[in-house]
Amino acid sequence: MPDERADVIVVGGGNAALCAALTAREAGASVLLLEAAPRAWRGGNSMHTRNLRCMHDAPQDVLTDAYPEEEFWQDLFKVTGGRTDEGLARLVIRESSRCRPWMARHGVRFQPSLSGTLHLSRTNAFFMGGGKALVNAYYRSAEALGVEIRYETPVDAVELEDGRAVAVRAGGRRLAAGAVVLACGGFESNREWLREAWGRNARGEWPAENFLIRGTRYNTGAMLKFMIDAGADVIGDPSQSHCVAIDARAPLYDGGICTRIDCVSLGIVVNREGRRFYDEGEDFWPKRYAIWGRLTAMQPGQIAYSLIDAKAVGRFMPPVFPGLKADTIAALAAMIEVDPAVLERTVAEFNAACRPGSFDHATLDDCRTEGLTPAKTHWARALDTPPYTAYPVRPGITFTYLGLATDETAAVRFGGRPSPNLFVAGEMMAGNVLGQGYTAGVGMSIGTAFGRIAGAEAARAAQSARAAA
Amino acid sequence: MNMSLAELVAAAEAEAARELTICNACRYCEGFCAVFPAMTRRLEFGRDDVHYLANLCHNCGACLHACQYAPPHEFGLNLPRALADLRVHTWAEYAWPRAAGALYRRAGLTVALALGGGLALFLVLALAQAGGLWRPPNGGNFYAVFPHNLLVTLFGIAFGWAVLALGIGVARFWRAWRPGPGSLAAAAEATASVASLRYLDGGHGEGCNEADDRFTRARRLAHHFTFYGFLLCLASTSVATVYHYALGLPAPYAYTSLPVVLGTLGGIGLLIGPAWLFALNLRRHPEHGVRAHKALDHGLIWTLFLVSATGLALLAWRDTAAMTVLLAVHLGFVMAFFLTMPYGKFAHGIYRAAALLKYAVEKRQPSRLRLGGE
Ligand SMILES: Cc1cc2nc3c(=O)[nH]c(=O)nc-3n(C[C@H](O)[C@H](O)[C@H](O)COP(=O)(O)OP(=O)(O)OC[C@H]3O[C@@H](n4cnc5c(N)ncnc54)[C@H](O)[C@@H]3O)c2cc1C
Ligand code: HEM
Ligand code: HEM
Ligand code: SF4
Ligand code: SF4
Repeated sequence: MPDERADVIVVGGGNAALCAALTAREAGASVLLLEAAPRAWRGGNSMHTRNLRCMHDAPQDVLTDAYPEEEFWQDLFKVTGGRTDEGLARLVIRESSRCRPWMARHGVRFQPSLSGTLHLSRTNAFFMGGGKALVNAYYRSAEALGVEIRYETPVDAVELEDGRAVAVRAGGRRLAAGAVVLACGGFESNREWLREAWGRNARGEWPAENFLIRGTRYNTGAMLKFMIDAGADVIGDPSQSHCVAIDARAPLYDGGICTRIDCVSLGIVVNREGRRFYDEGEDFWPKRYAIWGRLTAMQPGQIAYSLIDAKAVGRFMPPVFPGLKADTIAALAAMIEVDPAVLERTVAEFNAACRPGSFDHATLDDCRTEGLTPAKTHWARALDTPPYTAYPVRPGITFTYLGLATDETAAVRFGGRPSPNLFVAGEMMAGNVLGQGYTAGVGMSIGTAFGRIAGAEAARAAQSARAAA
Repeated sequence: MNMSLAELVAAAEAEAARELTICNACRYCEGFCAVFPAMTRRLEFGRDDVHYLANLCHNCGACLHACQYAPPHEFGLNLPRALADLRVHTWAEYAWPRAAGALYRRAGLTVALALGGGLALFLVLALAQAGGLWRPPNGGNFYAVFPHNLLVTLFGIAFGWAVLALGIGVARFWRAWRPGPGSLAAAAEATASVASLRYLDGGHGEGCNEADDRFTRARRLAHHFTFYGFLLCLASTSVATVYHYALGLPAPYAYTSLPVVLGTLGGIGLLIGPAWLFALNLRRHPEHGVRAHKALDHGLIWTLFLVSATGLALLAWRDTAAMTVLLAVHLGFVMAFFLTMPYGKFAHGIYRAAALLKYAVEKRQPSRLRLGGE
């Protein structure tokens, strides 16, 4: 059987892969997109997203006010603690101000920030219908433009000749390519790898065994591992991941956005021993939600309980699963299998430590505890109004930071030398811009910017290879 | 295992509440239609809430194709279907008389019996009144076939019944949960939403989903043909009534007269619209709705088509020997339409319009919730 061949082969089927495929096709290349998932699960983590972060100098259709390049850059610098590449970061930022008309041409529609996310109305453009609608639009456009799409085709190897990609292999099939784009996500759904990366703690537990995966089950990191073994330059810390506290009853994969628990700052959080372990009111929830995954991962059994009383009801985004409700703290403790005496003491101590203040969830108010460790520094109000509600939480992995090092051409690099025709985009290289931390919407900004760069560069590489042949 | 009707309804309510709870924690589809903004004003979804939201849904399909939790996800989210299932149950629940609500679940039979019965009634009447179905042309003098008073009585009763039954049903629906004080602005907004079928536009103006995740304006346009065709036919009848009673001008009217021009335009709309809706309905993604509801959809579609086709045929051949039989057939189908109005798919328009009004009123009230999120 003769080899199948395409000018550009794109590995992956999420936002970055689709942006690359569409751009390469627009540049005239023949494009084959290989998605590991079946059609019903296509789109990777991208299908769970809701927005991308956009630079803009004046109000736009769905974006209020302005979000200039410098402010975006400062925000990125802050959240990454400086672990970023300024050149690549600014490239993403500028591209984010230009990419939306292109996205719209391929069928993506935007809407103002969703209710409950007013704090993002200036910085983030929301996809109408969310990431799955975006992914659907891109697939429709790709099909219409003649991109060939194959589902259920996990790629397991790239055939390399001195840093040049010759073909990819998927389940024993060889597919020859003029250029290859890798856009197949991180390794967040590879539970073995997570277990190894998180290791064993002092209690003898393997914390990652109790993690839930917020996104797709298909991001196993197979190609990441392959490229690392093949000698590609790597970036990011394998033990780091974006880890959020989500409802412990969420499904193992694809729980997505709706499993988040947003009432932490309105009450207290205890571990299974019935003790508090961190300042629940340190800062506004949108700025703090991402630390609670790791905090919970450090607790025994990797579980914690967010407790509120009736005063908090109606003040946070409604959770997907009903809370456990009881009229007394002791009864609630029994429901969550925490020692009632300990929990009663924790709540009593907390209540006694709450200083009178004027509660205002919209500001960093003056309701705080005194003489309590750990303190609650804002929004501290006694838990005294039944019924009391508990939400069990566990660490939920959003994505991993380990990726392939790259440059402004999106080329994969071997020993500092860029490959002439092998490119990388999306989460698989996000660590170049986002060495640690996160700020809402940059994942899609990076994937869109580098997906389009990788697609254009791959088309060019394939065409020059063709011309040379 | 066979569930009783009450259990079926309770199961449909529970399923809608389950799915809406997931949506309320997600909200990605907020931009598509009115259901989501109405949902975000709530934390829990009781019986009245789900009845309201089920009738607010326009079954556009967008939130199924966009849903990250749609099957095969274990959440098995399919809001268009859950709300469609419940919607028809709500009509049956609010129906007057209550027992007649069962007819919604036997839509095929109901419509077939109504069409057959209506037809038989007027054929027999024609035989009895006029002594035959094939009579020499009389210049379109319909009242020589059926006396005017007979028609007014028969159709007055049937139409009056339909208005009464639908009125009582929708009043029950309205009283189940009141959104607050109405206003002119709310009424104007609801009227505009009905007139433009705003919530079949996908929120981005590109229409709704039909066979797949592509957006199309086809259903909205086809419905406009149907809806405005129907309104033109009503206008034609009203004008004719004025001609008859106020101006003393009995039918038939010239082809260029206002009633006939309005009726003809409306009739053409009522041919194109239902035929187009039927074609779309056959190709609609099967997951958008409940299979058993096809009979409801097709029942209304075909009744409208037949009424219009026979009306136009009557107009065309009113000066021939076929007039009597054409008139009987037309009136038979019209009778069937009136009789099934309160117990068939026609109810969708009334309940949706009421839900849209509730929505327009409710959204003008301040929300009790102050949510902040991730
Ligand atoms: C719940 C959740 C919400 C999020 N919300 C946002 C948000 O609102 N905004 C934002 O910017 N970011 C968000 N993120 C992060 C965002 O999802 C990622 O940054 C972005 O989707 C990465 O895109 P990608 O194309 O690189 O990867 P993905 O979208 O994950 O795509 C990877 C693709 O590769 C395929 N694949 C994997 N292995 C192989 C293989 N061996 N062969 C072939 N194909 C393979 C997968 O099936 C998948 O289709 C969110 C993440 C999660 C989990
Ligand atoms: C109240 C009961 C009705 C009666 C007595 C009635 C009677 C008639 C008559 C006598 C005609 C022939 C008119 C002519 O040739 O000049 C006609 C035509 C027509 N009817 Fe009806 N009709 C009724 C209700 C309806 C309804 C409810 C519809 C549509 C939903 C409808 C649709 C039409 C159409 C499209 C025509 C042809 C266009 C026209 O002549 O106006 N009719 N009808
Ligand atoms: C009064 C306000 C009305 C509204 C808001 C409305 C809205 C809708 C909507 C959203 C649909 C598609 C979803 C569904 O099938 O339920 C629909 C279908 C339909 N409507 Fe209406 N409608 C109204 C009145 C009418 C009227 C007056 C008629 C005709 C007399 C009509 C005829 C139809 C038909 C035949 C369908 C079936 C289409 C199908 O099943 O594919 N509607 N309507
Ligand atoms: S239909 Fe699905 S994607 Fe849309 S709001 Fe509901 S849960 Fe979210
Ligand atoms: S089917 Fe359409 S109208 Fe109904 S809830 Fe979903 S998006 Fe709204």
